[in-house]
Amino acid sequence: MRRALWVLAVLLSHWRRHKMQFATLLVGLIAATALWSGVQAINQQARNAYDRAAATFGGIRTAMLVAPAGATFPQELFIKLRRAGWPVSSALEGRVQVNGRSVRLLGIEPVTLPVEIGNAPRLGAADLGRFVAPPGQTLVARETLSELQEAEGATPPISNGAKLPPLRVLPQLAPGVLVVDIGVAQRLLNKPDQLSRLLIGKPKSKPAPLASVVGDQLQLVEPTAETELERLTDSFHLNLTAFGLLSFFVGLFIVNSAVGLAFEQRLPMLRTLRACGASARLVNSVLVVELVALALIAGLIGLVCGYFIAAVLLPDVAASLRGLYGAQIPGQLTLQPEWWLAGIGISIAGALVAAATSLIKAIRMPVLATAQPHAWQQRQRRWLILQSLAACAVFAVALLLLQYGQSLIAGFGVLAALMFGAALILPALLEIILLAGQRAARKPLALWFWADSRQQLSGLSLALMALLLALAVNVGVSTMVETFSRTFLGWLNGRLAADVYISASDNAQGVAIRNWLRERSDVQAILSGGRAEAQVQGQPVELLGLPDHALYRERWPLLEAAPRAWSRLMPGNAAFISEQFSRRLNVRIGDVVEVPAPGGTWELDIVGVYADYGNPKGQLTVNVAALIRQFPQTPQTRIGLIVAKENIPGLIAALQKQFALDDRSVADQATVKAESVRIFNRTFAVTSALNAFTLGVAGIALFTSLLTLANSRLPHLAPLWAIGITRPRLAAIELTKTLSVALFTALLAVPLGLLVAWCLIAIVNVKAFGWRLPFHVFPLQLVELVAVALLASLLAALLPVARLARMQPANLVKVFANER
Amino acid sequence: MLSIKNLSKTFSSAGEPVHVLRGVDLDLRAGERVALTGESGSGKSTLLHLIAGLDAADGGAIRLEDVEVTALSDAGRASLRRDRIGLVFQQFNLIPSLSVADNLVFQARIADRHDAAWTKELVERLGLGALLKRYPEQLSGGQQQRVAIGRALATKPSLLLADEPTGNLDETTAENVLALTRDLVARTGCGFLMVTHSLHLAGTLDRHLTLHAGRIA
Repeated sequence: MRRALWVLAVLLSHWRRHKMQFATLLVGLIAATALWSGVQAINQQARNAYDRAAATFGGIRTAMLVAPAGATFPQELFIKLRRAGWPVSSALEGRVQVNGRSVRLLGIEPVTLPVEIGNAPRLGAADLGRFVAPPGQTLVARETLSELQEAEGATPPISNGAKLPPLRVLPQLAPGVLVVDIGVAQRLLNKPDQLSRLLIGKPKSKPAPLASVVGDQLQLVEPTAETELERLTDSFHLNLTAFGLLSFFVGLFIVNSAVGLAFEQRLPMLRTLRACGASARLVNSVLVVELVALALIAGLIGLVCGYFIAAVLLPDVAASLRGLYGAQIPGQLTLQPEWWLAGIGISIAGALVAAATSLIKAIRMPVLATAQPHAWQQRQRRWLILQSLAACAVFAVALLLLQYGQSLIAGFGVLAALMFGAALILPALLEIILLAGQRAARKPLALWFWADSRQQLSGLSLALMALLLALAVNVGVSTMVETFSRTFLGWLNGRLAADVYISASDNAQGVAIRNWLRERSDVQAILSGGRAEAQVQGQPVELLGLPDHALYRERWPLLEAAPRAWSRLMPGNAAFISEQFSRRLNVRIGDVVEVPAPGGTWELDIVGVYADYGNPKGQLTVNVAALIRQFPQTPQTRIGLIVAKENIPGLIAALQKQFALDDRSVADQATVKAESVRIFNRTFAVTSALNAFTLGVAGIALFTSLLTLANSRLPHLAPLWAIGITRPRLAAIELTKTLSVALFTALLAVPLGLLVAWCLIAIVNVKAFGWRLPFHVFPLQLVELVAVALLASLLAALLPVARLARMQPANLVKVFANER
Repeated sequence: MLSIKNLSKTFSSAGEPVHVLRGVDLDLRAGERVALTGESGSGKSTLLHLIAGLDAADGGAIRLEDVEVTALSDAGRASLRRDRIGLVFQQFNLIPSLSVADNLVFQARIADRHDAAWTKELVERLGLGALLKRYPEQLSGGQQQRVAIGRALATKPSLLLADEPTGNLDETTAENVLALTRDLVARTGCGFLMVTHSLHLAGTLDRHLTLHAGRIA
């Protein structure tokens, strides 16, 4: 033990003399752990929220019985099943509007609610009476209460004028849902004696077969491990994980270069230790112990940093998830102990992976130093050939995935393989460029410039790979976001056809507003719309009712349309389908979609496909009159108006005064558009933040590589200084060299980034969201990114170069001193 | 050609001043070959570094031909080394990324004094013909030192300074390398100042000086 401690003390003495190298190693490990664990914390927080939503009094994680044909079924089936020994509990679900906001209303029957319904929050026995007995209670999550701008105990009205029972906060409840007693729900949703589903508990004895009790009126839905929300948001979390992984690997690049350099510098020390009698096993074990101890310290710091990163990013992530998928994520971070353990684990594993090459070298190291059998160029050539072959193999995998992969994972696989392959082949491409430069060089300094750049390639390659990956991801994601942004704005201009939008608090107010508007001469047209919800082939769908007006024909954008599409919509037996829903159902123009409606099945011919960006649900657009005929409960609270531009402010002011409408309930087109753009920008804020983080870490990787290389390069530069090249000139050459390889890398990152953008737009987006965007290239953005890369490289190179320019001759002379 | 008057240099070690050179006087004529010996730490290498302009003196004067070295700026000292001085070190200090051929002509081309015929003669005299395409790490110590000498003489300097040029070589190789150097110095007519620990090798030059306690003994 004492011997091991001595060896450890000797090894640690290296860091005392190389403090910057030690800092580099820690920075790499901290950056890798922080970004990875930060992203994991966000993902864990979101998954916990989905779990809460799924487990809300029997979500998708509970076995249930539903009606195969319709949204609801008679309550008598529940009684029949209870009598036949089925441990079922009734539930009714629908949507209501509270203060102009649409929320989910869930009616439950707390007495029969099975105890095994996952981690559902339970009502205490004492509260049961207050929940069931009139006036009852409306259970709500704290964040939903504040979103509705209500206080506990309030009884806000819903769209049909009825009032909710007093609101009561239940902290464990998922956001976006109001839970009431089943009887209250039936009254509020105007569905007397109707149920949406029956939750099934554990039977005490085997009940009678389902068919013998209810025939084919109900069907069993087995519990699934993955909720609809989890399935929908998989791509988003995969995206975050990919960013986290990328940053993690970039961090490991830093660790790898620091450990590699430390190993090279400690080689004589290791040989001396071995020569003094320390066994190879002892030295190698202590090397591993030293690394694990450093990883432990850096991991802990990284976890704290990761926590702060997650806390900073979480509001944006929550906004993205709400904007893209309608998922409700609490904005405050709560973490499980497993997160801390996993973070420490990943830090140690990462450190061991990054140091693997050096550790293997140490294990194989002979006690006596032997001469290199090959010149650096031969060694480099062998290394480049091997790496290029590996790159070709990875590209082949990408091609196979592109050809045969169908899933979202395969899409991300193509991206990952593409980037990994490009990173592997980068040094070979740079070698070709530098060799061409060397062959073309005539002047001696130019010759040295290219030759020395080639020799530096192996030391800089990992940092350059990190830079390439970070830049390619930046180019790819920025191109995708910009494409999406422009497409979205164009689409928004078409979709927001009306000049003023009104959202009445209930139907009665809606009628009153319409009557009032008809009397006004400044209103050119009143466009009353409506929305209803249904299920098609087991998937939730929103039915959007549009009035028949020339404005829609002129401005509402359709991606594909059958002849006379708008005219065919009017009778009520045809619909347009949103692009993502058409992909999900594999439905095209000419197909028929059957929608279960209260009056029976509603058959709709598909006559058009339209883009519906940002909507997590499937959507069918129909004539509004037909929608109200099929779904009489459709709230008629949404009104659009055509008004001359100069009359808009006056009309809005009059509406607000007459009906006490707030800014959320009446807005002009410009305000709605600005709000949509604000939400859009917020949705991609997290992507931009992670983009910046990744580029930042790549910059640090380049900086640390240059800094560590700078120390080992002194013997290369000192002879040039000795034969008459001044220090400032040497520094300028070094800076030019760094900027040149960074420029070549950035230029190579541009086509790679565009390929990444194409993968995101044509593969990942289509699989994840169901929409395909046109592919655009934005040259100015590319120029900006190349400039940012050069600036990052300049900043990274500045310190080592400035040190060289200001270096005291005494330090350079030391290189030539015989008695060093 | 080289005239040194009352040269002094002090270093600081662990906060204490160490007077390495305490008023060195030295003259060297064109074509003269001088050996400088002395104990470890006597200031031999420091003297060489000051002559070459690798470091600045604290006091005294160094004059090389018509140039006052001690009055030169950093850039001036760099151009002096480039154009008029050849340097050979114990550690060879070749440029690892360049081949032997490129190393040989490097300084001469930077100084714009490249003479293809002279380079060819150097290659032949130094026996480097078969090694031109190799890289420094592929050469033995003796071969590397021959390249370093070739590089230093390729500019036809006024003064060749060598700091323990044979310190890393065995006795036979050392004698061969020094013999070559003597021949080439005689061929170019430049002055030659060599720091060495070997009294035997010192004895093969025109003059032998000893540095003791910071002064020429």
